[in-house]
Amino acid sequence: MTTAATIHPPRLAAPLALFFALFFAVPLVLLLGVSLQAGEAGGYGLSQYARFFADGLGARVLSRTLLIGLETTIACLLLGYPLALIYRNAPPWGRSVITLIVLLPLLTSVVVRTFAWIVILGRQGLVNTTLQSLGLIDLPLKLLYTEGGLIVALTQVQLPLMFLPLAGTLARIPPNLEDASAALGAGAWRTFFRVTLPLSIPGALAGCTLTFAAAVTAFITQTLVGGGQMLLMPSYIYQQAISLQNWPFAAAISMVFLAAVLAILALIAALGRLAKGVAHV
Amino acid sequence: MSSRRQDTGALDRLSFRFTTGTLAGLALFLLAAPTLIVVIVSFTSGLSLRFPPPGFSFRWYESLADSWQLQFAARNSLMVGILATALAVLLGVPAALAIGTGTGNRLTRALDQFFLSPLILPGLAFGLASLIFFTAAGLNVSITTLVIGHTVVCVPYVIRNTVAALAQLDPALIDSSLSLGASRLTTFRRVTLPSIGSGIMSGAFICFMASFDNIPVSLFLRDAATDMLPVRMWQDLEGRLDVTVAAASTALILFTVVMAGLMERFLGLSRRLQ
Repeated sequence: MTTAATIHPPRLAAPLALFFALFFAVPLVLLLGVSLQAGEAGGYGLSQYARFFADGLGARVLSRTLLIGLETTIACLLLGYPLALIYRNAPPWGRSVITLIVLLPLLTSVVVRTFAWIVILGRQGLVNTTLQSLGLIDLPLKLLYTEGGLIVALTQVQLPLMFLPLAGTLARIPPNLEDASAALGAGAWRTFFRVTLPLSIPGALAGCTLTFAAAVTAFITQTLVGGGQMLLMPSYIYQQAISLQNWPFAAAISMVFLAAVLAILALIAALGRLAKGVAHV
Repeated sequence: MSSRRQDTGALDRLSFRFTTGTLAGLALFLLAAPTLIVVIVSFTSGLSLRFPPPGFSFRWYESLADSWQLQFAARNSLMVGILATALAVLLGVPAALAIGTGTGNRLTRALDQFFLSPLILPGLAFGLASLIFFTAAGLNVSITTLVIGHTVVCVPYVIRNTVAALAQLDPALIDSSLSLGASRLTTFRRVTLPSIGSGIMSGAFICFMASFDNIPVSLFLRDAATDMLPVRMWQDLEGRLDVTVAAASTALILFTVVMAGLMERFLGLSRRLQ
């Protein structure tokens, strides 16, 4: 007999599964295959990977990319968490305002958001003209094409991705848990660290996953605010694949990047399982 | 003794509120200010991205109206976005139905993870993989290859929103419809679809915006004949910090505000994004 549980059988997912198998899984397998091509002479092997790690450049680019992703994620957490707390306790009109301010940038093109940072951080940008008119500096500071500038821009671009899962998780924490903590004499900080924070870890980790994955691969922001001098994994792939047409090496860089990102996301997920165990105790 | 305890309690509360309030204020400022700055600088009369602008003019909007490259790229992006969204809905909604109302068995959970994985995979790696795939298949880059690539990376938004809407649907409604003799199709049309329709629409909207804004896939699957708007704007900025991009950006911001306003009005989009 057909019931709600059986009315939509798994075979409804078959068309998309086939589509994904053909246009998502097969391309990734081909990418792996191309990365194993040895080069002009033909044959297969790990020579592209050996080349990536040989001179230390590849390892430096990879670690710098992951570090920038990590720093952006921490900055987003430090700003996104308080915003989510304020959102939770805000009156309805306050929530609407915060929602508007968070969602509009999320829906606005990344090129547009990144472009704003060129205007802000440029030699004639907002920061430099303000500091100069206040007489604090004589010559414009170099803010664009620096790592600090890139982190600030990436934080703004990815902040909504941190905020949304956090706000969702915080909304599901029953407020009477915090009331009970306060009634039992715990202060605001203690209640936050002992009650609210542990219960919100799933949302925080979901936010960290999305923010980190987006920040390391944010090609546009990285190239426009970081500049051509700062080589990161996405621009390394682009340079090798498009400018130099060296597909086997570009594929190897892509595979290393893919593996590194997945390893870190798996680590975040493992931390989540660990934290779950702690929160239950 | 007790008054001292109250003092430290008040201080504790105050310092907590001050810290969270300051950081949240900073976050809101950081989120809102850049958009306003783009709008302001697009009306500059100067030749550079100087801020504050030296004067007011519409010259960069005139330059935008003359820029056939940006308009051509915008038309392509619009077409690819619409086609990719249509394909994503056609493929994604049935898949979401199987995942959302399935009994949570291993197969549907694995499919769910598979379909959502483009969200966390480095986009550029998939872009290169697609280019290698289509080249091996003997297909030149075209609107078709762009639509296929965009569908893969944008279908997760349709799935996520549809599954979320299904979670709100009471299975008893479907059961009663079926036991009252309605066919599967009638039940879908009269019971399921009306209650998940706005979830599908929200997913389609976000899917379209994601496609319209996509760079990593477009970068590899595009050529001069199929230029895409975000890639065009990126190249204009990389080369020479063209102020016309400010006018184009403001036009895009206006487009986003209008679209999001409509979605909020009819679907309550903001409630669905969490």
